[in-house]
Amino acid sequence: MIEILSLPFMQRALLAALLTGLIAPAIGTYIVQRRLSLLGDGLGHVAIAGVGLALLTGQAPIPVAVLVAVAGAVTVEVLRQLGKASGDVGLAILFYGGLAAGVLMSGIAGAGAGALSQYLFGSLVTVSRSDLMLVGVLGLVVLVPTLGLAPQLFAVSSDEEFARTQGQPVRLYNILIVVLAAVTVTLAMRTVGLLLVSALMVVPVAAAQNLVRGFYAALVCAIAVGSVVAVGGAVGSYYTDTAPGALIVVLAIVVFALSWPVSMLSRRRRVTPALPELPEEDGIAPHVTTEGHPHEHGPGCGHVGVTHGDHTDFIHEGHRHAAHADHYDEH
Amino acid sequence: MSGPVLLATNVSVELGGLPVLRGITVSVAPGEVVALLGGNGSGKSTLVRSLLGLVPAQRGTIEVFGRPLARLRSWARIGYVPQHSPVGHSGAKVKEVVASGRLARRTPFRPPRSSDRSAVARALVAVDLTDRADHRLSELSGGQQQRALIARALAGEPDLLVLDEPTAGVDLAHQQVLAELLGSLVEAGTAVVVVLHEVGTLAALIDRAVVLREGRIVHDGELGALGQAHPHAGGHEHENMPTTPELVRGPVER
Repeated sequence: MIEILSLPFMQRALLAALLTGLIAPAIGTYIVQRRLSLLGDGLGHVAIAGVGLALLTGQAPIPVAVLVAVAGAVTVEVLRQLGKASGDVGLAILFYGGLAAGVLMSGIAGAGAGALSQYLFGSLVTVSRSDLMLVGVLGLVVLVPTLGLAPQLFAVSSDEEFARTQGQPVRLYNILIVVLAAVTVTLAMRTVGLLLVSALMVVPVAAAQNLVRGFYAALVCAIAVGSVVAVGGAVGSYYTDTAPGALIVVLAIVVFALSWPVSMLSRRRRVTPALPELPEEDGIAPHVTTEGHPHEHGPGCGHVGVTHGDHTDFIHEGHRHAAHADHYDEH
Repeated sequence: MSGPVLLATNVSVELGGLPVLRGITVSVAPGEVVALLGGNGSGKSTLVRSLLGLVPAQRGTIEVFGRPLARLRSWARIGYVPQHSPVGHSGAKVKEVVASGRLARRTPFRPPRSSDRSAVARALVAVDLTDRADHRLSELSGGQQQRALIARALAGEPDLLVLDEPTAGVDLAHQQVLAELLGSLVEAGTAVVVVLHEVGTLAALIDRAVVLREGRIVHDGELGALGQAHPHAGGHEHENMPTTPELVRGPVER
C-alpha cells in the first residue's frame, strides 16, 4: 500500500478515482429517483462525439466533451419538458448518433478507434496533473449543488407536481440535474470510462437503498459505497494488472449483491402484517376447530404468520389457524 | 384580508384537444370549505389541478390570494394533497416527505431553521403519525400514507388547503379521523377546497358545494339545496350506473 502511494501516477489515479466515486452516486441518487437510470449511459455516448471533435480540432478532450455532453443533456431534457420525447426513438438516435460521430471524427483525425478506447474504458494511470485539476474543479461544481440543494432536488425528482405547488423552479432544477449528470459522465471518462460510468451512478444508489432507510441516509451511503469501490478498484487493478474501470464496476455490483439479503432481512423483520381488531359481538366469538391437524405451527414452520390481537395466526391453505389448547381454531 | 383566497374567472381547459372545463367561474372566501363534486370525467380533478397551475388553462384567469397564478409569490400559503403521489417510490422516510412540504418557506443552500423542524413535528402530531416518522412512506398502510401526504401539506402552515379525493380508497375509520382533522383546521381559519366523489363523512364541514358535469358548473350553493337543484339527492354522487342501457346517451366509462 505504501508502495502505491509513493508513485506519483498512482497518487493521481487514486485521487481521480476517489472523486469519481464521490460524485457519480451523489448525482446518481436524483437520476435514479427520476427513473432515468440509463441517462448516464446515453450521455456517455454523446460525450464520445465530444472526444472525437476534440481529436479532430486538436483541443483538449475533457473540456470539449463536457460542452458537447451538456448540450446533449439540455436537448434531451427540453424535449422531454415539451412532451416531444415521449417516444424513446429520438433519444436513441441522439445517443447512437453521438457514438457514430465520435468514431467517425476520430478516424478522420487519423487517431482511429484506438485513441477513443482510453476514454471508453478509462485510463486511470495516464491521468495528468492538469486532468486532475480539471476533474477536481468539475467535481466541486457537481458536489456543491447536489448536497446544498438536496431538499429541493429531492422534492423535484420524487414528486414533481408537489414541488411545483411549493413554488419551486421545477424546470430549472430538472435541467440542473441532467447538466450535472453530463458533467459527471465526462469527468469520469478518464477513470471508469464513458461506457461504465453509468454503472457507478446507479449501482451504489441501488445498494444504498437496500442497506439504509430514508433519502438522506441513502444519499450518504451511496457516496460512501461509491468512494470505497472506486478506490478499492483502483488499488486492486494495480496489483492484479486489470482495467480499473471494469474492476470498480464489478466491485459495486458485488456490494449491491451483498446488500440484497440485508434488505430482505430488514423487510421481513418489519412487515408482520396485523389484522384490524374487530369489535367482538356480545363477547362470543365463533369457535371453529380444525379436524385433526398433524402439523405443528411455529416460527419458521413455513406458514406465514399474521398478528391477530394477542396471538399469531398462521395462514394455512387460504385460511388462518390459531393455536388453542391441544388443537387449532379456524380464524 | 377580505378578498377571496381563490378566484377563477371563465376558465376553460382542453386536454388533448378535448374540452374538459368550459367557462368555469368559482371563488373561495377565507376560511370557507368548498366541496367540488361530480361524477367520473366531470372535470373536478382537472379544475383543482388547473387552479394550482398544474394544468395550463387555455382561457380565463386564476388568482390566488389576489395575485395571478403566474406571479404568485406566496406558494407557502397553499397546501396541496394529491390523491396519489409518486414520492413513496423514493424510499424516503415519512418525516423527510413531510419536510418537503416546507420548501416554499425555505431558502436554497440553507439548513432548516428550528421553525421548519417544529412545523414538521406539529404536522406529524396533527395526523397522528409521530411514531411512524422514521418509517419509509411505502411501508405505511393506504390510510396512513394519505395522512402523511396531508401532513406534508400542513407543514407549510397553509391558509388554503386543496385536497384531491382524500376519502377515496380510505376506510370509514380513517375518514372519521380526516373529518376531525379538517374540522380543527377549519376552526383555525384555513380555507379548504376538497374534491369529493361522495360527500360522506365530511358533509357537516362543507359550507358550499360546487357540482360539475361535463366541464360545467351545474350547482354552486349550499349542500342541502342540492336535493332540488340536482337529481342526485343528498349530495350522493353515483358512478354511471344506468339500469336500462337505452337511457344512456353517449359512451359509458367504467
